[in-house]
Amino acid sequence: MTFNPFETSACENTIHELYHFLDGELTEGRRREIEMHLNQCGPCEDVMRFQEELRRVLRDRCQETVPQDLRDKIAALIHHESKVDEVDR
Amino acid sequence: MADPTRFTEDALVFADSLYASALRMTRNPADAQDLLQETYFKAFKAYGNFKEGTYLKAWLYRIMTNTFINSYRKERRRPQEIEVDDFDKLHLYNEIASRSAEEIALDHFTDDEVREALESLPEQNRFAVLLADVEGFSYKDIAEITEVPIGTVMSRLSRGRAALEKSLAGYLKRRTLVETDR
Repeated sequence: MTFNPFETSACENTIHELYHFLDGELTEGRRREIEMHLNQCGPCEDVMRFQEELRRVLRDRCQETVPQDLRDKIAALIHHESKVDEVDR
Repeated sequence: MADPTRFTEDALVFADSLYASALRMTRNPADAQDLLQETYFKAFKAYGNFKEGTYLKAWLYRIMTNTFINSYRKERRRPQEIEVDDFDKLHLYNEIASRSAEEIALDHFTDDEVREALESLPEQNRFAVLLADVEGFSYKDIAEITEVPIGTVMSRLSRGRAALEKSLAGYLKRRTLVETDR
């Protein structure tokens, strides 16, 4: 079933501020109001959990490790640069 | 000139994160490796001016973002698109909810699908999503890294997230088409 967020104004406000809520960018008072609504409203809570899950998946799928040779190259570049600078003085 | 040993100890901690972002920014491993090296090189040269108490990770991201924009950007800035509305925030959710239960798990998306979906976003929106959702920076940090007001960060994030959901929903639709063809 397609979720219609505009059933009640509390749902409407929750969906409107959902990103800010999940981003931790709401004032304490607003955060508590949204949290209270989420505890009482199954459909809004589902949407919130879904968004949370989406962020987790996005974060997990985008992890990388710097190849060791690149890491070594960077460290060498920095040490070389610090020597060049000493000679210049 | 900063102490090179201290600098590498402090700054290389963030190399994996920076590299992951460099890959999504440049969309090309060779450029990402160059960008990462250049970022650390510039950061080391500027480390003497680094103020204690500044958020080091955000400072490094700011250098990397500027370096990317000045030297690696291939795409022209696009005009800002229209604002997203609240229905756009529910796009993928509704797409998945309209399907059978087995398909609901977001975990079914592969690494490549998620990365491609992110990389397909216009640059400014892509950076905002990357910095917020992958790296966990606050709006304020992102505003400083990308040198725009917080309101701009928020609208880029909304647009980027809505477009990302549309793109992921597109993978679901295509997959369903392939399955019904069999």
